[in-house]
Amino acid sequence: MHDTIKMKAEGVDFFYGPRQALKNINLDICEKHVTAIIGPSGCGKSTFIRLLNRMNELVPNASLKGRILLDGEDIFEESVDAVEIRRRVGMVFQKPNPFPKSIFENVSYGLHVNGVKDKKLIEKRVIASLEKAALWGDIKDRLHESALKLSGGQQQRLCIARCLAVEPEVILFDEPCASLDPISTGKIEELILELKKYYTIVIVTHNMQQAARISDHTAFFLLGELIEMGETQGIFTAPRDKRTEDYITGRFG
Amino acid sequence: MERHFDEELKGINSEILKMGSLAEEAIVDSVKALKEQSREMAVNVINSDKKIDGLEVEIEERCLTLMALHQPTAIDLRFLTTAIKLNNELERIADLAVDVAQRVLEIVDKPLLKPLVDIPKLCVIAQTMVKESIDAFVNRDIALAKKVVLSDAEADKLRNFVQDELVNDYISKDASTATRAVPLLLIARHLERICDHATNIAEDVIYMVDAKVVRHHPEEL
Repeated sequence: MHDTIKMKAEGVDFFYGPRQALKNINLDICEKHVTAIIGPSGCGKSTFIRLLNRMNELVPNASLKGRILLDGEDIFEESVDAVEIRRRVGMVFQKPNPFPKSIFENVSYGLHVNGVKDKKLIEKRVIASLEKAALWGDIKDRLHESALKLSGGQQQRLCIARCLAVEPEVILFDEPCASLDPISTGKIEELILELKKYYTIVIVTHNMQQAARISDHTAFFLLGELIEMGETQGIFTAPRDKRTEDYITGRFG
Repeated sequence: MERHFDEELKGINSEILKMGSLAEEAIVDSVKALKEQSREMAVNVINSDKKIDGLEVEIEERCLTLMALHQPTAIDLRFLTTAIKLNNELERIADLAVDVAQRVLEIVDKPLLKPLVDIPKLCVIAQTMVKESIDAFVNRDIALAKKVVLSDAEADKLRNFVQDELVNDYISKDASTATRAVPLLLIARHLERICDHATNIAEDVIYMVDAKVVRHHPEEL
């Protein structure tokens, strides 16, 4: 049985002004799988995932060629609403970025932005999201305390809960554990493995072992090009391209 | 870019090479003890096994430490897993040389049943296969590894020949020859098992270099 393709990059070129950051990227993202994107700094991996929910269009002088499809539909079509795309394709960043509001307000924020007014529904979604983000047990009695009082790992799980509240289909993680200790990292990794039952996940990581542990597919980017993509097990045991091998074995340079 | 880790891997390479030479020496000496009817030589083979056992433990610990500390991937991972397997195969090979030496001790005081022709030939095949399989590992030489795998058929043929000869020409004609024939038969069997272990090493080398599993799939060679 073939996996369903949730998102697809077709011949994507991306420019910051005159500088080309991505070159002819063709890549499939399978539904309810974890796809890891690895590569050295400046290889275009963050640029790439930011295209998946149209975040890069906020960058001045940036331009795109090619298509990014979500369920077969080009997300850059004029008729497509960027806010709706960002609801369907959520994002969690490197540094936890809770709003200076209460835990409850952080999670309910996206619902307000998307026009949800039903208080009961909002409360239900907040609790469900906190539960799914494995944070509910930690904070159920402190919902109205400031989110800034939480630890770094808890703040990151709160950001995941905030993302889940608007019921996304795809979640993009841009180095979600870069600022976390190993215990919090382990929790986020467990959470990602749990979340993939319901969501399609794309993660950018510098931590190769993290990519190996949690992803189903791995894509290796270098100098704006997709060098190799395949099942994670194959990439980490027997990569086809010498450049991939040099990178994952630390011989790069 | 040369990494500190590469130095460690080279160290494992040298240790495996050392283990290979010791195993080879044990095979040759065990059969030499048979040819020369030398109790002393057979006992030496048995006693030297401790050194090989010690080296096996040392190599395994070094490999496990590197895996734990460096979490290797791709060719580094394949190299270390192959080194661990190969280390084990070499230890088994040396044990089989000890088995040969023990059989020699059983018949060392008795006249040889017949002039030795095929057992020394089998010994040369076993020694060559072990040497070449280790060379293939050290030099990542797929062609040599394939040659080793293909040599195994010759070893099987010789073992069968020795077995048929001892059973049909001696044991079934005169049961009293069994006490001298059975150890020879077992020696042929031990040498042939050594060739099987060398074949395993060569198959692992092919996996290490090409990431292709040829074990149980001779048609893949």
